[in-house]
Formats: sequence, structure tokens, C-alpha cells
Amino acid sequence: MNAKLFVFVSHRNGKADDSAFELASAAKTMLPGSAATAIVCGSGVDAVATEAAQLFAEVWKFDQSALAYPNAELIRPLLLEVVPAGSVLLLAHDTFGFDLGPGLSVKLGAAYVPDVVGFDGLDGTALKVVRQEFAGQVSAHVNANVANGAVVTVRSGAFKPSEVSPGGQVIDKSDEAAGLTAKRTFIEVIEAEAGDIDITREDVLVSVGRGIGDKENIGLVEELTDAMGAAMSCSRPIVDAKWLDKGRQVGTSGKTVKPKVYLALGISGSFQHLGGLKGNPFLVAVNKNPKAPIFQVATVGIIADLLEFLPVLTEKVQKAK
Amino acid sequence: MEILVCVKRVPDSAENEISVAPNGADIKRDDLVYSVNEWDNYAVEEAIQIVERDGGKVTVISVGDSDAEEIVRREMAMGAEQGLLATDATFEGSDGLGIATILAAAAKKGSYDLILTGALADDGAAQVGGMIAALLDLPYASVVNKIETKDGKSLRIGREIEGGAQEINDIELPCVLSIQTGINEPRYVGIRGIRKVASVEIPVLDAAALGVTAGKVGADSANVKRVDYFVPVAGAGAEMLSGSNDELADKLVALLKAKGGIK
Ligand SMILES: Cc1cc2nc3c(=O)[nH]c(=O)nc-3n(C[C@H](O)[C@H](O)[C@H](O)COP(=O)(O)OP(=O)(O)OC[C@H]3O[C@@H](n4cnc5c(N)ncnc54)[C@H](O)[C@@H]3O)c2cc1C
Ligand SMILES: Nc1ncnc2c1ncn2[C@@H]1O[C@H](COP(=O)(O)O)[C@@H](O)[C@H]1O
Repeated sequence: MNAKLFVFVSHRNGKADDSAFELASAAKTMLPGSAATAIVCGSGVDAVATEAAQLFAEVWKFDQSALAYPNAELIRPLLLEVVPAGSVLLLAHDTFGFDLGPGLSVKLGAAYVPDVVGFDGLDGTALKVVRQEFAGQVSAHVNANVANGAVVTVRSGAFKPSEVSPGGQVIDKSDEAAGLTAKRTFIEVIEAEAGDIDITREDVLVSVGRGIGDKENIGLVEELTDAMGAAMSCSRPIVDAKWLDKGRQVGTSGKTVKPKVYLALGISGSFQHLGGLKGNPFLVAVNKNPKAPIFQVATVGIIADLLEFLPVLTEKVQKAK
Repeated sequence: MEILVCVKRVPDSAENEISVAPNGADIKRDDLVYSVNEWDNYAVEEAIQIVERDGGKVTVISVGDSDAEEIVRREMAMGAEQGLLATDATFEGSDGLGIATILAAAAKKGSYDLILTGALADDGAAQVGGMIAALLDLPYASVVNKIETKDGKSLRIGREIEGGAQEINDIELPCVLSIQTGINEPRYVGIRGIRKVASVEIPVLDAAALGVTAGKVGADSANVKRVDYFVPVAGAGAEMLSGSNDELADKLVALLKAKGGIK
């Protein structure tokens, strides 16, 4: 394929996002031997562009005050002006990718290939990718017709971060695509509130998910947590239901934790949840569904019904002290 | 405000063990529990709350086969005034762009100030809302977890970004938003609510009614096609403990003690 390959580099506080390093290796896996061009948009982004030049042979820099905050509604028309027809563009499957990607593919007339976890090569104009469906319970081989290009979003954690090596070239394109306007205006970012406890500092976390079924049953988890002398965290549905504080949520839209021991009780193991679990803990999963994806990443798995298992476990923990 | 909410009928992944059918052509569909895509309930609830506050009307629409009617009815039982079902043999096998094309065509048949979708559905694509916006040339925002109506010309919205921070934006109407869970608490729908809307007529929109041609939707025009489903060759995977609950608990306690999990 002769299409030009681009990677959109997200950054924050003057540093390239982790996703940039993963996208660099995703690009190499997708089309071995073809060099990707990085796109860096923002205001005062020399440092990021230089950093990106350690990952990509070529970096296009768009430095404009209007781009101080990454507003996808502004960046989409910018990309439409500068990205040649038929290009393949990689971006992270994150909340910025959700904003930018689908509409960009429509406007480019390109295929949209979301949330890719693996690449199986290119067969003519068919880009062969691996995706997951049904919250990760099954995988799927998917073929995308990239004859008119593609916008591909890549799941975080699916590719190892690329090693850096200096030598890339930064091309300043700040004068191109100036004067853009959007019907959406960025106002501010409100940081997440600190919760009642700081789960990011805990060594042992007992984490409860939707499998607990009912608010009343949280008490069972609380008893176990107390017996272990641990702290309680949770997955997102527990916070959505307002059973626990947002400050206890582990995951990409919650807290990133680094415990030594992590008990996942009735948590299926979505990538958004696991995205907040770092440092390779001793991970115990208790779930009644043997197909739950959490069992693929757990150290130890137990197939059991929480409502029956937890009281037994709590009693044994109390005795063991 | 006239609001269109897109809703999808999906196998409930919290309720089902999803497994691959023998030839990989599909998942095993017998005995699956279907429901409304989790995110879509939040979108419908938000639309209803906006209309309760500011007046207007909520319309829900689903693209699917005749089975999708049941979820349209369920969302009407929540309080959506109008339901629509987009169904046609030519729609089958559509990719995300195909679905968005059908929904955008349906949106054009009305005059909606606001179009809502869920942030994502069962195949995790998070694509349909953004595509509808692009097809209709409307502004878009994804993973919205707060909507404040202002002057009728724009909305102040919050987007839930990484780390749980909230990104505040103003967005002009009409617009398309994809809704994140937790934005509200979707109301409970009882059997009586369902009964009340059991005989309400739900208009069916086919390809002709929507003016979409086979070249734009359906399997043949899909650029993105699933070849098969498979179960990934698991890595090491977990060491699975076995035994009665009693035995399992003993084994786990021993492991936890060894790893410093019991203080
Ligand atoms: C933009 C975005 C950001 C997100 N951020 C986060 C995040 O930060 N954190 C997060 O957690 N999620 C996040 N999510 C949601 C995520 O996609 C999943 O929906 C969520 O993690 C599922 O939580 P869960 O595992 O508790 O529930 P489910 O996926 O519903 O799993 C429940 C599990 O419990 C098991 N179970 C049921 N009953 C029992 C029983 N009696 N005994 C034992 N097991 C039982 C089931 O088999 C199932 O595996 C995000 C989603 C989006 C779109
Ligand atoms: N068949 C469908 N009918 C109606 N709405 C849909 C359909 N498929 C997807 N959507 C909408 O698009 C959202 C995101 O789905 P997806 O882009 O498939 O992840 C869903 O939450 C729905 O609001």
C-alpha cells in the first residue's frame, strides 16, 4: 500500500501521552517497513514535537494559540485540510479519539476501524485487524477496506510502548490551516474530586463490581475488607449506581492504583477497568462466569457466586489472623 | 426542545456467558438475554429530564429487526413520547457508517434540536454518534456526563475525560452528543409502565421511507466487515483454584497470607 501513514500524538503538560509510544509500535506492526508521520497540534509544543521525533521519522507540528486545548471540533477540519486523501491515520481509542475519529473518517471518506487490539497484515486493500466484542468475552477478526484510507483507533495497552531513538525531523506547518473555527468551545477542565480515602496509596485493595448485584450486598465486601485490614475500591457501575464514592473507582475514568494485592470481586475485566490497575499486583478474580475476561489476566481465579463465597471467606480470614 | 435518542438492542454482557458458535460465524444466540444497551438508558433518561424541565418532545429510534421494537417500547415506557423502528432487509449487515447513515436519514425527516446516542455499544466501537454528526454537519461531543440547557441556542456540557476529570464546553444547537453512564439515574420501568405503551403504534421506517439506497447501507457497502468470532489463545491465564467454597476459601486465605494480603 502506498498510502501515507499518520499517527496523531496526544500530549499533556508538555509531554507526549503514553499512547504516542504505543501508537508508534502499533504503526510498525500494522504496516511493517512503512514510516509513519506524527501530527502534533497545540500551542507551544516544541518540546512535544522534539519528543515525538524520537519515535517517528517525521513530525508535522501545528503550533497555533487556537489549539491550546485539544478541541476535536477544531482539529478535525485542520486534519481534513492537511491529510492527503487515502491516508491511514492512527489515534488512541480514548475520549479524544471518540471525539475526533468517527467524524473524521466520514469526512475523509475513509473506513473507521475502532478499538483495534491486533493487526494481521494487509491483503490487497483489506487491512486485517483483531477486535474484541461483548466486553471482551469474545474476539473477532475484522477486515477493513482501506482503498480510500482509514482512521484506526488503537486500544491502550494492546501494544508495547516503542523504544525511543533520536533522529526524526520536525516540520513546522503552523501556518497551514490557520483561522479555523468550531461550533464547540472549550471552557475549562474540572479535576476529579478527592474521595473519602486515597485508594492510590493502598497496598491491598478489595474491589467490588456489578456482580455484587445489590447495594445491600456491599456490606459483605465491607466485612471481608475489614477482616483483611484492606481498603475497598470498585468498578464503574458501582459508582454510577451511587453505591460508593467516585474516589473509589479504579480505571481509565477513575483512579490508577498500584497495589500489591488486588481482589476483583464480580468484575468482568473490561480494558477501561484494567487500565487503572498498574504494577502487576497479585490479582485474584472471583467471578461466576468462567468466560469472564478477568480470568485471562488474573494470577489466581475462583469460579464462585459471591453471595455464597464471601461470608465463608470472611470467616476464614478472621480465623487466620 | 425536540430530542432524538438512538437506542440499540444488545445481548446483555453482564447477564450472559457469550460464546462462539461452532464455525465462528456468530456467537451462540440461543438463550441470550437481550436488553437496551446500557448507555442508551442514560441517554433516554437525560432527554426526558431535559423535556420535563424545558418542554419539548423525546423520540426514540432503533435500527434493527422486528425484535428491536420491544426496546423502543421499553424506552417509551420510561417517558419517550414517540418511538420509531428503522427496519429493512437492505439494512442487514451494515457497518457503523451504515447504521449512522440510516439514523442520519431518520433525523433529517424530523427537525431535532438535539440528537443523543450512547457513548458505546456491545461491539465497543463508540462510533455511531460522531458519524451521525459528520453526516449531518453538526457539532459533536462524546462521553457527555452533564448537560445544562442555556438560551435555546447552545448547551453547556461536561465530558468525562481520562482520570475522571470533567471537560466543560459550550456547544451550539442543533448538535449530537454521546452520553456516558452515571450522568443521571435512569428511572425504573415496571411491568405497568410497559403495559401502558403496549399498544402504542410504532411507525416502521424502511429504506424507501428514509430515502437511503442499498449502495450506502447493508453488507455489500460495508467497508468494515467481521470475518469471524474466535476465542483468543489465552496467555498463561489465571491459576484456577478448585473445590467447595470452604476449600476455595482455605486455599485463598493461605495465598493471601503469603502475599501480605491479610494484615
Ligand atoms: C469512556 C469510558 C470510561 C470507562 N471508565 C471505566 C473505569 O474507569 N472503571 C471501570 O471499572 N469501568 C469503566 N468503564 C466501563 C467499562 O467499560 C465496563 O462497563 C465496566 O468496567 C464493567 O464493570 P463490571 O466489571 O463491574 O461489570 P460487568 O462487566 O457487568 O461484570 C460483572 C461481572 O460480575 C459477574 N457476576 C455476576 N453475578 C455474580 C455473582 N453472584 N457472583 C460472582 N460473579 C458475578 C459477571 O459474570 C460479570 O463478569 C468505562 C467505559 C467507558 C466507555
Ligand atoms: N442499531 C442501532 N440503532 C440505534 N442506535 C444505535 C444502533 N447502533 C448504535 N446505535 C447508537 O450508537 C451508540 C454507540 O454505538 P457504537 O457506535 O456501535 O458503539 C449506541 O449507544 C446507540 O445510541
